[in-house]
Amino acid sequence: MNGAAQASSMIDVRGLDVVFGKGADEVRAVRDVSFRVPEGATFGLVGESGSGKSTVLRALSGLNHDWTGQVVIAGQAQTPKRDKAFYKLVQMVFQDPYGSLHPRHTVDRILMEPLSIHGFGDAERRIEQVLGEVGLGPSFRFRYPHQLSGGQRQRVAVARALILEPRILLLDEPTSALDVSVQAEVLNLLQRLKQERGLTYILVSHDLSVVAHMCDELAVMNNGAVVEELSVERLKSHAPEHPYTRQLMVASLGYDRAAIDRFEDFGVEG
Amino acid sequence: MTDKPLLTIEDLKVSFPTRKGLVEAVRGISLSLGREKLGIVGESGSGKSLTGRSILRLVPKPGVVTAGRLEFDGVDLQRASEAQMREIRGQRISMVMQDPKFSLNPVMRVGEQIAEAYRTHQKVPQAEARRRALDMLAAVRIRDPERVYRAYPHEVSGGMGQRIMIAMMLIPDPDLLIADEPTSALDVTVQLQVLAILDDLVTQRGMGLVFISHDLNLVASFCDRVVIMYAGRVMEVCDAKNLAAAQHPYTRGLLNCLPSIDGDGRDLPVLKRDPAWMEHGL
Repeated sequence: MNGAAQASSMIDVRGLDVVFGKGADEVRAVRDVSFRVPEGATFGLVGESGSGKSTVLRALSGLNHDWTGQVVIAGQAQTPKRDKAFYKLVQMVFQDPYGSLHPRHTVDRILMEPLSIHGFGDAERRIEQVLGEVGLGPSFRFRYPHQLSGGQRQRVAVARALILEPRILLLDEPTSALDVSVQAEVLNLLQRLKQERGLTYILVSHDLSVVAHMCDELAVMNNGAVVEELSVERLKSHAPEHPYTRQLMVASLGYDRAAIDRFEDFGVEG
Repeated sequence: MTDKPLLTIEDLKVSFPTRKGLVEAVRGISLSLGREKLGIVGESGSGKSLTGRSILRLVPKPGVVTAGRLEFDGVDLQRASEAQMREIRGQRISMVMQDPKFSLNPVMRVGEQIAEAYRTHQKVPQAEARRRALDMLAAVRIRDPERVYRAYPHEVSGGMGQRIMIAMMLIPDPDLLIADEPTSALDVTVQLQVLAILDDLVTQRGMGLVFISHDLNLVASFCDRVVIMYAGRVMEVCDAKNLAAAQHPYTRGLLNCLPSIDGDGRDLPVLKRDPAWMEHGL
């Protein structure tokens, strides 16, 4: 990287807006969202359904073209349309490992596709290596997704994202469809890969414990806007400032009949 | 109330014939339930949902259910005729499913569906059923029952849909409610609000509740007793408040592999499965 200020932040988002629909049907799904992610960090986006957290991720990944604002990734200002080189830098892992792998392609073909699109040679070696890295032996190479468990599928999805050797992974609820014992394995895998490859992560999740475990910094979203950005230390010391964050925190600690009566409705913005 | 259990299950087995032979999904579980909140926890494939469905004889074909004893309030559920079962389902034992999107009739107003659930078991005029349905919507804390009564399922949110399901299941005033992951599709705060409604109604009406879930922490804080299932067997039964001190290595493994806000961010302990768990249940 070049300038000192630039080098420290891998992802820089300023005033991101996403609007769906027109006129009376207009929905402002993301409102003026800004955050920075330093290289090698994990940044968490937390919120309930409809908060806009996944929409932010889809705008960053180039899956959604209708956004305005400033997005700088690895020192490059991004336009809504991305070129092929962008996807060598940024890859995404989706929530549902049952929906995100082609049911009639083998693991080998699923991993081969990004390689041939980007003109990588040495496919044989790369596929074997990446399967090893995500903890799947060579015996998995010619299986179909239906012959794999949910955790194994998610490992294949991570392998597919990693095979292009990106520097950034966008993770959209990567473990929320998995059993807790399998979630632990996938979270450990993601942590290890990050160490080994110096990756930068953005992790979208509704689960505060997962975010506290994985991230350095997090932003809490509600109604399309960031209500609070805080460090994980602050979260761990149970001292978030915004009442919405505090409520999420109480809710994530389990069932407490008395606390539930004090819940406020943050649904509609005034 | 006497101490006689509401529901007794002994040596329940559910198996499915497949091309590769018989698959045993539930392998001999025994439990009894009074007027309390009993949680059944397990990972996918542990047999927890099939256990719930067996009670209502709703295991899909070609599943085969056998049990040493399957008794609800003096009725032998294995010997009961289909007509007797229809009397029991809904009125005496009812069931809330995971996702209201797939459990409500999409082309019928939700209020009419709730009223229908009442009129199926009680011979009352339509106006009376409508009044009861409106009262029930208010009981599950829906602010504008009149408006929601006229709404179609696609016009309500997930949390409201689940409250409507609960209203429908409770209007015949059952003795036992089986809730199979009733709040797993909901946001955390909405989830807790729905559970609070369920909790209050169960307590007020003195019902028994079987709460099936994969969420160990939620069950520990919500239920009175917890049954932990693995591979179709019961690994451990304990009082919910003592779950943190559970003894079985599977229960300990499940508790340990959960990330927590207060954790230190180091690698999570991975659950090591002992093949012996498949052979020996409680």
